[in-house]
Amino acid sequence: MAPILDIKNLYKSYGATEILKDINVAIEPGDFLVLVGPSGCGKSTLLNCIAGLEPITGGAVHINGKNMTDVSPKDRDIAMVFQSYALYPTMSVAKNITFGMKVRGVDAATQAAKLAEVAAQLQIEPLLNRRPGQLSGGQRQRVAMGRALVRDPALFLFDEPLSNLDAKLRVEMRTEIKKLHHNLGASMVYVTHDQIEAMTLATKIVVMKGGVIQQIGTPAEIYNTPANLFVADFMGSPAMNLIPASVRRDGAFHRIEIQRDSAEPLVLADQRPLNLPDNVIMGLRPEDIAEAGFRAGAEVQEANCLIDMVEPAGADTYVVSQLGGKQVTARLHAETSARAGQAMNLAFDLAKVSYFAPETGERLN
Amino acid sequence: MTDATIQTARSPRKTSSRTGRIVLRTLLYVFLIAFALFYLMPLFVMLTTSLKSLDEIRTGSLIALPRDITFEAWKTAWSGACSGIRCEGLRPYLLNSLMIAIPGVALSTLFGAMNGYVFAQWKFRGANLLFSLLLFGCFIPFQVVLLPMARVLGILNMAGTIPGLIFVHTVYGLGFTTLFFRNYYVTIPMELVRAAKIDGAGFFRIFWSIFLPLSLPIIVVTVIWQFTQIWNDFLFGVSFSQAGTQPVTVALNNIVNSTTGVKEYNVDMAAAILAALPTLLVYVVAGKYFIRGLTAGSVKG
Repeated sequence: MAPILDIKNLYKSYGATEILKDINVAIEPGDFLVLVGPSGCGKSTLLNCIAGLEPITGGAVHINGKNMTDVSPKDRDIAMVFQSYALYPTMSVAKNITFGMKVRGVDAATQAAKLAEVAAQLQIEPLLNRRPGQLSGGQRQRVAMGRALVRDPALFLFDEPLSNLDAKLRVEMRTEIKKLHHNLGASMVYVTHDQIEAMTLATKIVVMKGGVIQQIGTPAEIYNTPANLFVADFMGSPAMNLIPASVRRDGAFHRIEIQRDSAEPLVLADQRPLNLPDNVIMGLRPEDIAEAGFRAGAEVQEANCLIDMVEPAGADTYVVSQLGGKQVTARLHAETSARAGQAMNLAFDLAKVSYFAPETGERLN
Repeated sequence: MTDATIQTARSPRKTSSRTGRIVLRTLLYVFLIAFALFYLMPLFVMLTTSLKSLDEIRTGSLIALPRDITFEAWKTAWSGACSGIRCEGLRPYLLNSLMIAIPGVALSTLFGAMNGYVFAQWKFRGANLLFSLLLFGCFIPFQVVLLPMARVLGILNMAGTIPGLIFVHTVYGLGFTTLFFRNYYVTIPMELVRAAKIDGAGFFRIFWSIFLPLSLPIIVVTVIWQFTQIWNDFLFGVSFSQAGTQPVTVALNNIVNSTTGVKEYNVDMAAAILAALPTLLVYVVAGKYFIRGLTAGSVKG
């Protein structure tokens, strides 16, 4: 199938400042693409470039097989949901939703039919005669989505649509957007700085930093095999443990040595066929360090570690230990016997380890 | 914890601070009433004088209430007072002023709204410079522009006409009206324009359908401001009008200054009140929106 959105070698600069550098992304129909990154990484600018709200300095944007690089936003066959919802304050909900059709000269009967259809889909029928000012945050969010849905576009664009909602509502609306995507089978591009939103919603994630794409992949790829230290650190909560280690070759093995202040170096043996340099940064997610005996697998190795801190979080208990000069977090089961100040055996699942070059931050395995 | 400490620390002084508050409040009211009376004094003198006969004015005291109330002076001021050789009262000149002020206010408000909309939401290269230059127009002493403006009006064939005065007031009102609308519109998120663009609306459509309906508070402010400015203007009125097109301020001056013989203070007072009435009315009707509109933009910005 032809890609629904194809961005080729896109550059964007304001004067001498380059905001986006050589962006190449393509998505298939039905994909849910999430652009994620810290604030100022250019993700919103990229979305605006896709929408045509910002002119681009170089490259091309194709939507639904057509070159839309120089086409005005209204003719790009897109709909957009904004962070502030951007509902027209003096118009009723119904008028907000039909404004676009009115501008395009759609006849009144079709407008009414489409309005009814979308209102039913989003369950906002009782709100149709209200003004945006009389709605709660969640209701405004729905109306903003209604305005996008009624357009029935080739591509939906979302600019951090949940960041103005409180935590509980955000989770609800997240589920709802996911459901909507599933039911419509529509193609969506979604900007967020929240990596959990990115993981839960996306079929494809683009991680950005400083206007440069760091990695493109499925949520699982991004999570399990981050391309560099930035992605490893940014995605996942609590963050991936990034532990400086030295490597000694021992036949087919790599012996990974981690310095400790309080005890002998921690030595783990990685038996996978790798080719590692002398110094690496070892990345291991908290859930891949477990209490000894609670994790099975060929690559699981146990070691005795001093526990500095215990943080019960309800479903899990996080324990912190000092390894390689870093606070290393392990995610244990809730009923663990770990006590702060005592040593315990932890199981490290080496099958899940990512290695990074300390100098470049690039992935090594 | 901290709350409780503050509470207990405060309680012994509670009674004394309460009487202190009452004293302060009373003082405040006494001062406010005194100032209000002070400022109302001239109006009181004007009103009572306008209701007296000339004899009574000559014999009585300035601040005494009228013995016999007569509306003769008002009638004369309305339709019989002489300015120069014409004795038609203020009526035709009030009409002139209305014919200048209403289109002048409407045009300068409309253009100000459009300018403000462009400066706030459609940033272009050099927008800030242009806006500063426009603001400069707010602070130009109008005496400076009299001669060039007279020349321009002559070239446009509008010298001495009411459209000419409308033109002058529209041009010199733009600085302030643009400032008002621009400051109001910058508080409206950019995303609104973006959403409308994606919906397919163009420049004017967005202005008419989205921005103008939002602007009631600032429109009220601008209308009051402009109406007061244009209505009270004397300098442009006296410079750019001729017999028959003078606004009421100029006519009032002529009535007061060109009488010979006995000064008809009662007619002068009545005429002055008549000339001031429309602006007073505008303030009374729309005053509360004025304050509301002025602060609406500033607090959020």
